[in-house]
Amino acid sequence: MTVPNSPADRRVVVTGPPRRTLPHARPRPRGRDPHTPGAYRPRTEIAEQTTLGHTYVRSLIRSQLRAALTGCAVLALLIGPLPLVFAAAPNAGRLQWLVLGFCLYAPLVLLAHWYVRRAERNERDFVRLVEDR
Amino acid sequence: MNSNYAVPAVALVVLATVLVGAFGLRISRTTSDFYVASRTVGPRLNAAAISGEYLSAASFLGIAGLVLVQGPDMLWYPVGYTAGYVVLLLFVAAPLRRSGAYTLPDFAEARLASQAVRRLAGAFVVGVGWLYLLPQLQGAGLTLTVLTGVPDWLGGIIVAVVVVAIVAAGGMRSITFVQAFQYWLKLTALLVPAFFLLLAWQADGAPRRPFDEPPGFREQRAVRVDTTLDLRLERPLTVTVDGTVNGRAHDGTEIRLPAGTHRVDQGTRLTFAPGTPVPAADRGSNAGMSTSLAAGREERPLYATYGLILATFLGTMGLPHVVVRFYTSPHGVAARRTTVAVLALIGAFYLLPPVYGALGRLYAPELTLTGDADAAVLLLPGRMIGGVAGDLLGALLAGGAFAAFLSTASGLAMAVAGVLTQDVLPARGVRHFRLGTLLAMAAPLAASVLVGGLPVADAVGLAFAVSASSFCPLLVLGIWWRRLTPPGAAAGMLVGGGSAFAAVAATMAGFPGGGPLHALLAWPALWSVPLGFLTMILVSLATPARVPAGTAAILARFHLPEQLRTEVKA
Repeated sequence: MTVPNSPADRRVVVTGPPRRTLPHARPRPRGRDPHTPGAYRPRTEIAEQTTLGHTYVRSLIRSQLRAALTGCAVLALLIGPLPLVFAAAPNAGRLQWLVLGFCLYAPLVLLAHWYVRRAERNERDFVRLVEDR
Repeated sequence: MNSNYAVPAVALVVLATVLVGAFGLRISRTTSDFYVASRTVGPRLNAAAISGEYLSAASFLGIAGLVLVQGPDMLWYPVGYTAGYVVLLLFVAAPLRRSGAYTLPDFAEARLASQAVRRLAGAFVVGVGWLYLLPQLQGAGLTLTVLTGVPDWLGGIIVAVVVVAIVAAGGMRSITFVQAFQYWLKLTALLVPAFFLLLAWQADGAPRRPFDEPPGFREQRAVRVDTTLDLRLERPLTVTVDGTVNGRAHDGTEIRLPAGTHRVDQGTRLTFAPGTPVPAADRGSNAGMSTSLAAGREERPLYATYGLILATFLGTMGLPHVVVRFYTSPHGVAARRTTVAVLALIGAFYLLPPVYGALGRLYAPELTLTGDADAAVLLLPGRMIGGVAGDLLGALLAGGAFAAFLSTASGLAMAVAGVLTQDVLPARGVRHFRLGTLLAMAAPLAASVLVGGLPVADAVGLAFAVSASSFCPLLVLGIWWRRLTPPGAAAGMLVGGGSAFAAVAATMAGFPGGGPLHALLAWPALWSVPLGFLTMILVSLATPARVPAGTAAILARFHLPEQLRTEVKA
């Protein structure tokens, strides 16, 4: 992945005249606008809410939803069977004290930490996708 | 319990709260400061504030009391309160912050562009907020009564007055400092005595009885029964009675009660011999926060446990005072990190109430009979350590308990007042916000003084169940599903939240007595949450023409990282 070599380079394109002259929600045939260099298309597409821009956003939402659902599944697998275990185990009282009282909070924090890292990575990847070509 | 130390401790907490609030007031200048602390609260301060706000009377006193009375099953409550934040983090935290809305009604309006849905969400926020405020005020009354013997409406009034003063004066900025301070106060107030109590337990030979079922008396113990109760005996019990049992008066005679149910009248003194198992007691509904109409030990089938899990896991995200806090984060990434910090903070806190519950079963098992189980946390230091040290530790706990009432009540007052100001009162502005605060506290205060006697566990459970069946579908579908329509959202909230509310209200009114139907009504979340989701989805699919025009742009705003958004707009 190549990063634009000078910041001035970048700024000209993002706030340049093509964006201002275009009506906001007008669907635009992709890649045919001579004023928009292909290199920076994704961001403009998102800003102008074109079909392509929506596809980009939708891919981000989908990856975030996948992360959330994975976290939710882990949570369900962690917690879901516990009442059954307590109901089935012969000497459940002591086990219940131990597990519910002291053993669940650390895994919950770890799960949350994992999710935050994954969600932030998704966002970073998306920003890179949009800013590079 | 000696009130010589407890009253100054409570007074000190109230004073410190006002002072910290005043400090916040000095730097709370703009309207934005007032409502959302100018959205500049960093993750650490905000996490401490959220935790301080979240750990209510039910957490500080109620869990230990519940565990004492009903055993380790009740530990699902703190687990659920904590895991609720995991679900909130997974589905809601960052997009909610990025939505830029301030309250749940704001969110509903921004997402669905519908005034009707906004008003409906506002009504639910006020309802859930008042339901949650009621037990805070009652808990305050109970604490003061146990400590000093003053009438039980006084504690509620003190909390209400302090909260109105702080919230109305300083708004969100001031409240943020107050609540961050109170989190650390509550943790200290529970941690330090727990340390000494565990030392005392160790010195006592570290008996392991608390894990036995049922708990037993370790030494001869006399119990005065304050309210008439029914004793349920599984085995015959030998007890010395001074008073009336089963309608017959006894005068300090030892009698042998056969297995079955026995009525013990008010004012009776029961003396138990060492080694006697503690009998189970049924009592009326007006007995503090540990007694729950919905929870007898045998009547808690697996179904009820799962109902509790679902309600607490999904209900947290819809609690009005929790949601409002996320708008004070500077951006979505900070909102996520804040939530992880909150999880660590409340997880650390919740390690302590089970300790008190277990020690309570060991050293104060008779509290299950007197109806003061909620006071177990406050009474243990005097019972186990005694002397000045015990009194001082008890005073520390009393101060912490008061911090719990104050912080949760002020967060709720803030949230309810925000909705009242924006949607009910005619004009917006800081002056009307102050009027809104007054209204937000006056209604539950009047209810607690007039009605009294709603068990705290039930009121809190009701608030969670209603929130899980109305706001959880609205938030989750609103954030992740592009085909949600205003009629769908309104129908889902009404059907899900309405049915949960009706079910718990029916249980509290005493309908019907027992059986599977009772469990279905007492723990509605297991069917009302899917019902809410299903209604919202089906009605939305049936009204595809009503999908708001800007949905795609709004969803993009919820999910796009800020750095993209600001640069694109710049």
